[in-house]
Amino acid sequence: MYHYMTAHQLAEEIRKGNASASEIARSAMDRIERLDPEIGAYITATGDRALEAANRVDERLAKGEAVPPLAGIPMAIMDNICTQGILTTCASRMLYNFIPPYSADAYERLEQAGSVLTGKTNLDEFGIGSSTQGSAFKKTYNPWDLGKVPGGSGGGAAAAVAAGMAAFALGTDTGGSIRQPAALCGVVGMKPTYGRVSRHGLVAFASSMDQAGVVTRDLRDCALVLNHICGYDPRDSMSANVAVPDFRAGLGEGIKGFKIGIPSEYFGEGTEQGIKERVQEAVKVIEGLGAACDEVSLPHTEYALSAYYIISSAEASSNLARYDGIRYGYKAEDYTDLEELFVKSRSQGFGEEVKRRVIIGTYFLTSGKLDVYFIKAQKVRALVKADFDRVFEDYDLLVCPTSPVAAYSDQPAGKGDGHPLNTCLPHTFTIPASLAGLPALSIPCGFSEGLPVGLQFIGKPFGEEALLRAAYAYEQSTNFHTMHPQV
Amino acid sequence: MITKREVEYVAGLAKLALTYEERDRFTEDFCGILEHLNRLDSLDTDSVEPIACILPYNNVFREDVVEPSMDGEKVLENAPDSLNGCFRVPRVV
Amino acid sequence: MKYETVIGLEIHAELATETKIFCGCTTRFGGKENTHCCPVCLGMPGVLPVLNRKVVEYAVKAGLATNCTINRFSRFDRKNYFYPDLPKAYQVSQYYYPLCEKGYLEIRGTFGSKKVGITRIHIEEDAGKLLHDAEDGSTLVDYNRGGVPLIEIVSEPDMRSAEEARLYAEKIKSILEYTGVSDCRMQEGSLRFDVNLSVRPEGSNGLGTRTEIKNLNSFRALVNAIENESARQVKVLESGGEVVQETRKWDDVTGKNTSLRSKEEAHDYRYFPDPDLVPVVLDEEYIDRVKRELPELPDVRSRRYVEEWGLPEYDAGVITASLPLASFFEECVKEYGGDPKAVSNWVMGELMRMLNEKGIEADGIPFPAAHLAGILRLVDDGTISGSAAKRVFTEMFETGEQPKVLVERLGLSQISDEKVLTEVIKRVMDKNPKSVEDYRSGATKAMGFLVGQTMKETRGKANPALVNKILKQLLDE
Repeated sequence: MYHYMTAHQLAEEIRKGNASASEIARSAMDRIERLDPEIGAYITATGDRALEAANRVDERLAKGEAVPPLAGIPMAIMDNICTQGILTTCASRMLYNFIPPYSADAYERLEQAGSVLTGKTNLDEFGIGSSTQGSAFKKTYNPWDLGKVPGGSGGGAAAAVAAGMAAFALGTDTGGSIRQPAALCGVVGMKPTYGRVSRHGLVAFASSMDQAGVVTRDLRDCALVLNHICGYDPRDSMSANVAVPDFRAGLGEGIKGFKIGIPSEYFGEGTEQGIKERVQEAVKVIEGLGAACDEVSLPHTEYALSAYYIISSAEASSNLARYDGIRYGYKAEDYTDLEELFVKSRSQGFGEEVKRRVIIGTYFLTSGKLDVYFIKAQKVRALVKADFDRVFEDYDLLVCPTSPVAAYSDQPAGKGDGHPLNTCLPHTFTIPASLAGLPALSIPCGFSEGLPVGLQFIGKPFGEEALLRAAYAYEQSTNFHTMHPQV
Repeated sequence: MITKREVEYVAGLAKLALTYEERDRFTEDFCGILEHLNRLDSLDTDSVEPIACILPYNNVFREDVVEPSMDGEKVLENAPDSLNGCFRVPRVV
Repeated sequence: MKYETVIGLEIHAELATETKIFCGCTTRFGGKENTHCCPVCLGMPGVLPVLNRKVVEYAVKAGLATNCTINRFSRFDRKNYFYPDLPKAYQVSQYYYPLCEKGYLEIRGTFGSKKVGITRIHIEEDAGKLLHDAEDGSTLVDYNRGGVPLIEIVSEPDMRSAEEARLYAEKIKSILEYTGVSDCRMQEGSLRFDVNLSVRPEGSNGLGTRTEIKNLNSFRALVNAIENESARQVKVLESGGEVVQETRKWDDVTGKNTSLRSKEEAHDYRYFPDPDLVPVVLDEEYIDRVKRELPELPDVRSRRYVEEWGLPEYDAGVITASLPLASFFEECVKEYGGDPKAVSNWVMGELMRMLNEKGIEADGIPFPAAHLAGILRLVDDGTISGSAAKRVFTEMFETGEQPKVLVERLGLSQISDEKVLTEVIKRVMDKNPKSVEDYRSGATKAMGFLVGQTMKETRGKANPALVNKILKQLLDE
């Protein structure tokens, strides 16, 4: 009975004494036990720990202590986020047994707030992919249609929240790994500005874009969790030393007078008709709330995917070099010398897509190719950013589809098949904000052939408040966030 | 265009071994990918400064103050092979 | 045909910071294996580097002290390669935008004096250490040294002999010591040399194929390796062969010079800007402040010794080359208060001799400078003779005791009391009337005999100068 309650609703129940943290935790763990064999959202469920943590919250409550609003709330953590003493695999055979002796900053903050960890969720190996079919351990399926993918790479986190197996989830978003699966699973997914949340403890994929974010069932929860995970951390050189507002404070202030840009490049032939329609309807709703919406142009959008592919693969090739079979993780059984230890451990430890990206990423950095590919991509990145800078001179926010496609069977039928960058294609609309380091979120805006459609809001750097406020205004005038899959 | 030899060479730099089948398939994929990426050539970027770091930050430092290190045992906790407080690898000449 | 050797040096110096370059682990040498480590310097998944502020300051100091331009913008790059001592499988270094560039140093030797260009000084991290286990033949990895900050000082190929290379390397060492940038403990590997060497027919301007000899950690090894490799290359060329571009290893114990890597092996380090670190941007104010904090450098100090204290250039050069030696010398001059030249004679003579004999570096002189000043004063006031002073010094080197105590213990104090000496001399004259007679009748040689008798009578403790003076007076009366 608790499973589809939002975090703020659960907090209220706990505060009023209507529910204990242990009851809520047990309910979440029961649901995981019942549903997850089919959905496959979790790599590791942490039931015993969850109950212990919930008991601790209940003890504090029993003593009459005030607890933070997230105390006792069940949360899932994407399995590329380090959790001290708890298996952290990145969905890779390479880290099948890795138990980090430290925790990610964002997880640490939530743990301190008393949130109860239900488990570590599935992803495409090391966050590289957009379908959650590229995990070394299991595939995750979409709670709205178990024959479809949940998106990725953080499909496990989105599916867990959509199916009521956690009230919220912490994930990472490099090119859309939170927003795109949130769109496909009908939940809220947000990636704050690059630098808002510490990268300490996020296993690196593409460092210049990796950012922690959240999956929730509504906007109020999104603001609540952001309040906890944002903030300066001296362990990350990119961590922004800027004040973190209470993101809940301005939520209800409406968007009268907001100027919102609708980038025309996001409505081309690659975007499914059903998605275009839902997003256009949403734009009407937003206009109805008093915001002025104009079509704008981000002319370098079509190059963003290529630039992203080059930069992310190149950075990944270097970030994933440390997995060599010596200090942690998978080591090949039979080898005769050092070279064989390296090559066999890596060749056996990594899955196919990771190998593909590491090899081509290595190629982009070789001496003759660096300028042709990597530096060129960094320049295109500057052009993509300049597009946003220019539009943001006149507009407060951008609104567009989160994903060009709704949930699909394994690969986007008829769209990505045969496309050379098909593994990134579902991230086409999430990638530009990633390249520019901008805050962006996806929120449910209806259905296309019975499958959820996500509406993306993109904001100015450190402009999360406006973003949340606009999305909240939209959410409150629709009821999509109250709809749940039949599982 | 990328040749099978180049794919093998680059895989070697990344310490990855490919079967012949993988090598051939990857080579074909990579040719398609590179062809697609070559569309970036149509953009004139001569006067564009490449972005390495999206935040305009400089000079982020920590102070030179000693913090506790990890226990030796903790260091080796995840090690697949260790001996005498060290990580063990095949003999390196 | 006569050949000329062309040498460039890459010098790695560990910086004298308390902590590693990107984490708070200690840089202390030694310690049980893998106990100065944390997730950051072990390259564990998800942890990030944050640059040690002091590293930049030290590198800027090194740059200023070697006449480099300090770049206002510098950045870190990853150098990607796999090796067990490199936990992230990349070394963080500065490839595209180093901190310092275009410096030089002046060296002086038998060839006269010349400038050696410094191409660049950049910051990077050290790797761990490989230990070879005797029991099972495997290799063990210790990451204590991994992540210790280094600067790499890259010279132009401006040196032409082992002597020039040694002088340049010594000068770098003394500058790093003076500035406190590195403690330069060579036996601990905190200063290491890589040599790039080629030979060419004398008079030719082109460069021959060069080889690189890595990781030399003493001046002796540097000189030996250069002489050996230079001879090897000449031999290869003279027998009609070709020098192969490769990395070589010099073993100073066995004198073996062997090939380490063949040129066929691929090396593409795939340098690219490290996305985990932000640029270092320095302004004039910062650079000026560091400049003001620079101590007097060896060349300036040497000039001061020559111009103000009248030391020979050679002595001044030797003393100032080593900061601890120069500090000892100056303190001694201060304590002594007399002629600095007298102090320099002792330092260049007895002190250097003993240090060499015992194999002790100047930072390990086993007695304070005041002791040596004490010996000089004892000689000056006639308490001991010059030869007794040397005995006191030798003993002091062993025991570290005060010179006065030693003079007492060894019974070396002179009799300089005129009254006492007059008594003794009168007695000697009474006993040897013939010699007195001889002297007075013009055979002045007889005085020598009387001096000898006086010394004998005082068991060598009489102040010889005083004996001469008094005896002459009495004889001439």
